Amino acid sequence: MKFREKALIMDEAAIRRALTRIAHEINEANKGVEEVALVGIRRRGGPLAHQLASQIENIEGIKPPVGVLDITLYRDDLTTLGPAPIVHRTEVDFDVTGKIIVLVDDVIFTGRTARAALDALMDLGRPKRIQLAVLIDRGHRELPIKPDFVGKNVPTSREEIVSVCVEEIDGENKVIIEEVIE
Amino acid sequence: MRFDRRKDLLGLRDITREEIEVILGTAIPMKDIIRRDVKKVPALRGKGVITVFYENSTRTRTSFELAGKYLSADTSNLAVSTSSVQKGESLKDTIKTIEMMGPDVLVMRHSCSGAPHYVARNTTMRVINAGDGINEHPTQALLDMYSIRERKGTLEGLKVAIVGDILHSRVARSNIFGLSKFGCELRVIGPSTLIPPGIDKLGVKAYANLESGLKGVDVINVLRIQKERQHGALFPSIDEYRELYMIRPEHLALAADDAIVLHPGPMNRGIEISTELAESPRCIVNEQVSNGVAVRMAILYLMLGGGRDEIAG
Amino acid sequence: MKLLVKGGRVIDPGNNIDEICDVLIINSKIAAIGRDLPITGDEDVVDAGGKIVCPGFIDIHAHFRDPGYEYKEDIITGSKAAAVGGFTTVCCMPNTDPVIHNGPVASYVRRKGEEAGLVNVLPIGSITRNLEGEELSEMAELAEAGCIAFSDDGNPVMRSDVMRHALEYAGMLNLPIFSHCEDLNLSRDGQMHEGYYSTLYGLQGIPAEAEEIMTARDVELASLTGARLHVCHVSTRGALHIIEEAKSSGAHVTCEVTPHHLTLTDEAVGSYDTDTKVNPPLRSEDHVNALVKAVSSGLIDCIATDHAPHNVESKDCEYAKASFGISGIETAVPVIMDRLVHTGLLDIVEMVRLFTLGPSRVLGLCLGTLTPESKADITIIDPDAIGRVDPAAFHSKGKNTPFKGMELRGWPWMTISGGKIVAREGRLV
Repeated sequence: MKFREKALIMDEAAIRRALTRIAHEINEANKGVEEVALVGIRRRGGPLAHQLASQIENIEGIKPPVGVLDITLYRDDLTTLGPAPIVHRTEVDFDVTGKIIVLVDDVIFTGRTARAALDALMDLGRPKRIQLAVLIDRGHRELPIKPDFVGKNVPTSREEIVSVCVEEIDGENKVIIEEVIE
Repeated sequence: MRFDRRKDLLGLRDITREEIEVILGTAIPMKDIIRRDVKKVPALRGKGVITVFYENSTRTRTSFELAGKYLSADTSNLAVSTSSVQKGESLKDTIKTIEMMGPDVLVMRHSCSGAPHYVARNTTMRVINAGDGINEHPTQALLDMYSIRERKGTLEGLKVAIVGDILHSRVARSNIFGLSKFGCELRVIGPSTLIPPGIDKLGVKAYANLESGLKGVDVINVLRIQKERQHGALFPSIDEYRELYMIRPEHLALAADDAIVLHPGPMNRGIEISTELAESPRCIVNEQVSNGVAVRMAILYLMLGGGRDEIAG
Repeated sequence: MKLLVKGGRVIDPGNNIDEICDVLIINSKIAAIGRDLPITGDEDVVDAGGKIVCPGFIDIHAHFRDPGYEYKEDIITGSKAAAVGGFTTVCCMPNTDPVIHNGPVASYVRRKGEEAGLVNVLPIGSITRNLEGEELSEMAELAEAGCIAFSDDGNPVMRSDVMRHALEYAGMLNLPIFSHCEDLNLSRDGQMHEGYYSTLYGLQGIPAEAEEIMTARDVELASLTGARLHVCHVSTRGALHIIEEAKSSGAHVTCEVTPHHLTLTDEAVGSYDTDTKVNPPLRSEDHVNALVKAVSSGLIDCIATDHAPHNVESKDCEYAKASFGISGIETAVPVIMDRLVHTGLLDIVEMVRLFTLGPSRVLGLCLGTLTPESKADITIIDPDAIGRVDPAAFHSKGKNTPFKGMELRGWPWMTISGGKIVAREGRLV
């Protein structure tokens, strides 16, 4: 399949402003970040979690611990896909039990990834509370899941593709809408 | 990466380096799971794994069963020694019976070389060879390769010596097929009677003398001497074998500085490996056991984790 | 009853004939060979234009499994398979149950062959009682009952003293010993030729020397006793050397090769297809090349099928548990035509000799020629017919062939046995 960029939704500055706001919201909602840890969902949730942690540090002077979650083995569509997707490591070096875990992902769409992440996280321990932060909410939920912190709501059609680019993986920070051309 | 499109895992002779790399890479996150408190992921929920061992091997079978369970597959074992074989049922019929019970993958060990290949042709189940005759034992070789890579950081260009009864060793054969795809310099060491003919054409150098064979090697894989094979006149006695081929700590001085020692287990201490060496930190036999579960999880996941319609052949 | 075979290329090595001409058969005997024999109107005429007309082919090494293993083959189905395969004479090995080790069993085989009425079925008696390699069979009684040779094929005679006495005793009767040369202590547990591929495929090997050592022993014993030794299914370079030397030193030694040893190598075992499992095993390329060279140089006396049909259960199993043997009588001619004749490795006249005069001389019988007044056994080959080997269509009960699915050029077109057309284009008449 080939894709064509249809629209630029957020540039680097817009992403930074959104993350700053989310950082404030996390701080406010949890009355400080002493108990908070961030867990990014692979792949692009990881870099976003690190960026968010830096923003929180700028505000509070405390950098919450950051982990990365690979949810491949928890996906509910494994046996409907073609080849078995590549599995990566889950790197959560702290004990999640008793912590307020903020799951971080780039886009929330059907909610199935968040569901898998919740299960994966539970297998690592028993957090005190789990919250969900996403850069983009594009709607079309298929599960009763609602993010606690949203960078931007982007109404889309199902056929469109929302791509979040992060510097660590893609070389730049931006959010675009793409469509399939063939 | 096309591992997932392969119906069966019968040996390392006919597998590509890329496929091996995918298996070894996938085994890394799998090993993390084994170390967790909750050793279970839902990836293979609803999948059935059946083990059928025509030769007894509780440890390999258990390793496969745990690998399946950690991935949420349902595993069970058909105790063939007490059932069909004694009733004279053919292998084909036994396999068909199992197939009709619905498992997705069949893990089998058999005393006849090529038996898993024969079974694979006659069933829709995916077949994993857990050792066939003197032919191959691919999962053992893969866990050996994983263990070596974990310790050495790479497989590329390593000097590996395999010591013991090479002629009757499916472990040796699979290691040779696998490691040669990574440019390893391979040596086999053992009495001439236990070196298979034409081994040099596989790019392997044979040594009858232990000391000269071990010079400069990075890895020593010590094979179990199968006393039950001693019916013929292959070597005079266990005593003489021990004299000539038992690996002791002093042998490590001949090898490369950070050489490691592997053994597929179970070890005959004081016959092919001395107790001092078996218990030294250079001997990674215990790590091999955990890595075995991780590698088998990787294989089961790669074979069963995807959609069924993608299976070719 | 008259039958006129017109316009074929007649090749009769026994009479040095190789020309386009006609063959007239009257009352089951060859009446005349010549150009443009006249059609008188009271004969059946076969137009053999473009075909090769030969004396009836002789297979001196086949297993018809009868009596005792009729579920693998019987003399009726074996005869049908032979007729369709282009053979008019077949010698049956004695590893039956009971073994052909006394007169009544030998008579049974002969009689049942006559009842089948398709080809000449000649029994081979056993060398030793029950093929046990210990006591000699009653060879004179066996000869009286029609046995044309003695063999313990499949169960090599391991005791040298027994083999010596067998040669001496058979020599007294002027009959050959057909020896399956194999040192069982060397070949034990072996599944395939020992070498690179046995190492690659992880199967126990059978070294070439297992055959060569026993070939050397038997050749020495043939020299010692002056008796006639026929070495069955030669498959190694070393065995050929031994036989070559024995022949040049004047020993009464003959030998055969099989189509599969001439055309397949041990590489074929890689799929663990049990149809490739045969004894002696498929050898490596250098041995196969030596066999092909020997067959065209005249060192080999005849091609024999070692037709070894098996029931499905004996082959549809693990490689090590499968029986040895290839069902080869229906593929021998096309395999040799396609792989040796059409490739230029073997002259067609030489091929006809190897299937006719050659085996006849090994047996010391007056067969395998188109000499007038001899029995009208004729094999006609269509050198350009192309067909695919389809075991399901075999007349033999044994479907075990490693040639399955192969497309081959040059098939038997017609088989005439005793003046009667018994098979035509793969079908019985």
